Amino acid sequence: MLGRLSWAAIPLDQPLPLYAMGVVVLGILAVLALVTVKGWWPYLWREWITSVDHKRIGVMYVILGLVMLLRGYSDAIMMRTQQAIAVGNAQGYLPPDHYDQIFSAHGSIMIFFVAMPLVIGLMNFAVPLQLGVRDVAFPTLNSVSFWLTATGALLINVSLVIGSFARTGWMGYPPLSELAFSPDEGVDYYLWSLQISGIGTLLTGVNFVTTILKLRAPGMTYMRMPVFCWTALASNLLIVAAFPILTATFVMLLLDRYLGFHFFTNDAGGNQMMYVNLFWAWGHPEVYILILPAFGVFSEVAATFSGKGLFSYRSMVLATLGICILSFMVWLHHFFTMGAGADVNAFFGIMSAIIAVPTGAKVFNWLFTLYRGRIVFKTPVLFLVGFMVTFVIGGLTGVLLAVPPVDFVLHNSAFLVAHFHNVIIGGVVYGALAGYNYWFPKAFGFTLDEWWGKASFWCWLIGFYLAFTPLYVLGLMGMTRRLQHIPDPSWQPLLLVAEAGAIVIFCGILCQIAQLYVSIRTREQRLDLTGDPWNGRTLEWSTSSPPPAYNYAVLPRVETIDAFWHKKRSGRAPGVPVGVEPAYENIEMPRNSPAGFITAFFAVFMGFALIWHIWWMAIVGVLAAAVTVLAAGWSDEREHEISAAQIAQMERARLGA
Amino acid sequence: MHNWRHASPDALHGPASNARPGPRRSGLLRWVIVCAAAPIASCQQTGVLDPQGPIASAERLLLINSTAIMLVVVVPVILATLGFAWWYRSSNARASHSPDESFEGRIEFVVWSIPALIVILLGGVIWIGSHQLDPRAQIPAKADPLRVDVVALDWKWLFIYPDQGIAAVNQLVIPAGTPVHFRLTSATVMNSFFVPQLGSQIYTMGGMTTHLNLLADEPGEYPGFSANFSGDGFAEMRFIAKAVPAGDFNAWVTQVRGAGSALDDAGYAALAKPSKAVPPATYRSVEPNMFERIIDQTTAVPEKARAGAAWCPPVQAGG
Repeated sequence: MLGRLSWAAIPLDQPLPLYAMGVVVLGILAVLALVTVKGWWPYLWREWITSVDHKRIGVMYVILGLVMLLRGYSDAIMMRTQQAIAVGNAQGYLPPDHYDQIFSAHGSIMIFFVAMPLVIGLMNFAVPLQLGVRDVAFPTLNSVSFWLTATGALLINVSLVIGSFARTGWMGYPPLSELAFSPDEGVDYYLWSLQISGIGTLLTGVNFVTTILKLRAPGMTYMRMPVFCWTALASNLLIVAAFPILTATFVMLLLDRYLGFHFFTNDAGGNQMMYVNLFWAWGHPEVYILILPAFGVFSEVAATFSGKGLFSYRSMVLATLGICILSFMVWLHHFFTMGAGADVNAFFGIMSAIIAVPTGAKVFNWLFTLYRGRIVFKTPVLFLVGFMVTFVIGGLTGVLLAVPPVDFVLHNSAFLVAHFHNVIIGGVVYGALAGYNYWFPKAFGFTLDEWWGKASFWCWLIGFYLAFTPLYVLGLMGMTRRLQHIPDPSWQPLLLVAEAGAIVIFCGILCQIAQLYVSIRTREQRLDLTGDPWNGRTLEWSTSSPPPAYNYAVLPRVETIDAFWHKKRSGRAPGVPVGVEPAYENIEMPRNSPAGFITAFFAVFMGFALIWHIWWMAIVGVLAAAVTVLAAGWSDEREHEISAAQIAQMERARLGA
Repeated sequence: MHNWRHASPDALHGPASNARPGPRRSGLLRWVIVCAAAPIASCQQTGVLDPQGPIASAERLLLINSTAIMLVVVVPVILATLGFAWWYRSSNARASHSPDESFEGRIEFVVWSIPALIVILLGGVIWIGSHQLDPRAQIPAKADPLRVDVVALDWKWLFIYPDQGIAAVNQLVIPAGTPVHFRLTSATVMNSFFVPQLGSQIYTMGGMTTHLNLLADEPGEYPGFSANFSGDGFAEMRFIAKAVPAGDFNAWVTQVRGAGSALDDAGYAALAKPSKAVPPATYRSVEPNMFERIIDQTTAVPEKARAGAAWCPPVQAGG
């Protein structure tokens, strides 16, 4: 009846997981109780849960990413603490089976449920606004994508309470992840939560590629698109091309685990090297799925806050597309040590180094954008400067690791750990935080507090260097990654410094929470009534903050790049009341739909049932989710019309006329 | 280690001595050097910056050279970023501002050329380095290479000396100055065989053989471990690579042959069971072709699969 599920799955005998479980369960119950007591359910259901508005979905993605950041961070600080104290004869406070779960969960969560939701959230919020359109191509599908991502995040956290998570590392290399070596449900939690969220991500990719290629404001040719839209296009093309590889690879591993296949086993003709190749054929493009939108954010920030156009827009576009293509030709650099011949290693080493050319060109372009600008030091600019300095160091160590013989001695070392945190924190996280500070006033109609924002920046910057410079050195000293116990006492001082750095990063997270709290409390004084708090250049700043559900009452006409900037300079900026009311037309908007939420609801049961081999529940879950999607697909009441008169009324109220 | 900084003017430094820094600056300089040297000095114990063989030395040289090539660009970029950001702040009245978007073809050309030139240079380094330091390439030396077969187990290392007919667990004894040719596999999950001070690591994988050539210049004890996570006992999957003078190696072989148990099928089956933090041990003899037999055993089609599926592809050993 309940498959492999029994009371033994709940870790009642282990104090530490029990404590973590208590915190999570109490936290969720507290939130649910608050919502119920305050009577917020109808509002949440109407305005958020069933919303298909890209702006709302974008905000929910960002909230998901920030909440999961707390979970991922908890894992990080537990690992750092274990390594700082489990030295020599001391064994620390985490036994191997628990420590191994923590680093596996840390990697999976940070990549799939922090970095991905943050960049997808920013794209969701900003891309349709920047394109001058009213929503994405498939709004209901967008909601399905979000809720499937949330399903994955939920399942991965259920493993805290019921059963255990994978102990294989976030890459889940077989044969360790095969049934013979990982017989329990941990790897199944990993596989099913990433499969379900991966489908959501793939649908996002389809949605955004379609949106950017087919839906743009009149006159917005490709070469007039904001750079962030270009990077979003490249990123979503990569999603469409790469995520099916991950899904197929995981299907093969699932067949091995559930039906006794031998794709990647040691025995019966399986080949583990195939998994490693396939995993990184997805995994390396994934790095660029994350970093390209961050590059886009920084391009917008650099241009806006320097008060001048991005230096060489064309070369930025070229570099973005170059990276997009090259990112598929370098996957082997993740395993130079697997014994490929010198020619193969050298080819992939050189291809990896070549990615540094468009990336380097981008860095120079940002530099020349700052040059002779009039730089206003708001929080996003601090993240920009911090990024440029930090990212070139990460680029340097990355190219270093692309030299195969150097990789032979640094592969899987703490140096590698420092390198990818260098580019992911210094690139993706700084980019996401810059974007969060940059677009927050557009989303909510008031700016974020600068003091707390800057405090958060300095903590993230100093914390990063304190936490990861020691790991670079430790890697050179011969420390490999994923050690539950540190054999060499001379490494301890540096590990303690890294621990301190992790604590400083936590201060950065606390500053962000404080920033949000203070900003909400003082929102009356920080209202953005103009819709254009930063003297922006792209279309999203031409509508009000927050924008109406339909974004633009009249779709903007685009004649140049930086369309809004040029209209402002020629005195034809829309949004500014000019006496004569434009001729409004009826607008067709997508209806709210519970399809995404209901699909995800059943997907949770399906995933959970598959993890625990509860077959009847899995079948019910699959069927119910499929029926929901099909019903939503066949429904022909997907739009509702807002009449021109209503628009005129809303516009007058909105513009304060 | 940095005596040349404080060399007296009459030392053989010629022009450098004319530019002897003043006392304050030299104090600062000393601080910088001490700060920079402290972490590097602490690497001197076991790390990749303290190579003890030709492979590791060449890899360290590549590491340093590649870093230096890239620093030529990276340092100016960092300084320019900080400098531009500071100088062109909006409150600086002395800076010249130009609000128009700028595009300058010549600058654009330079912008793409600089990283391209660096990468062309590095591309050459990568190509030559990859071929010279191919793990399969034999190390030229007067002595014939010593053959060692390495098997990763849960969670210990088995070293088989096929020509000597002996084996050891978590203890690798090799003669200094003699190249060692390793054949490696795994009887369990993927691991990576790595002795940082001797150089290149390589994966060990079930059913497959990888090859690695290393050489220790001087006698000494060099820590080795698995560099690819392999499960609960991973952190303690360590061994000492002990390089001894050539004569001592033969003495060690004789000593091993004279004591301990034999590694037969039963002994191997017992050894292959998962165990953690296994102390070093030796076996006085090994069944012939043990390495090949372990590979066959790892890839064997299990009874269940063989019965149910006639379509199983032939198992491939070697790789």
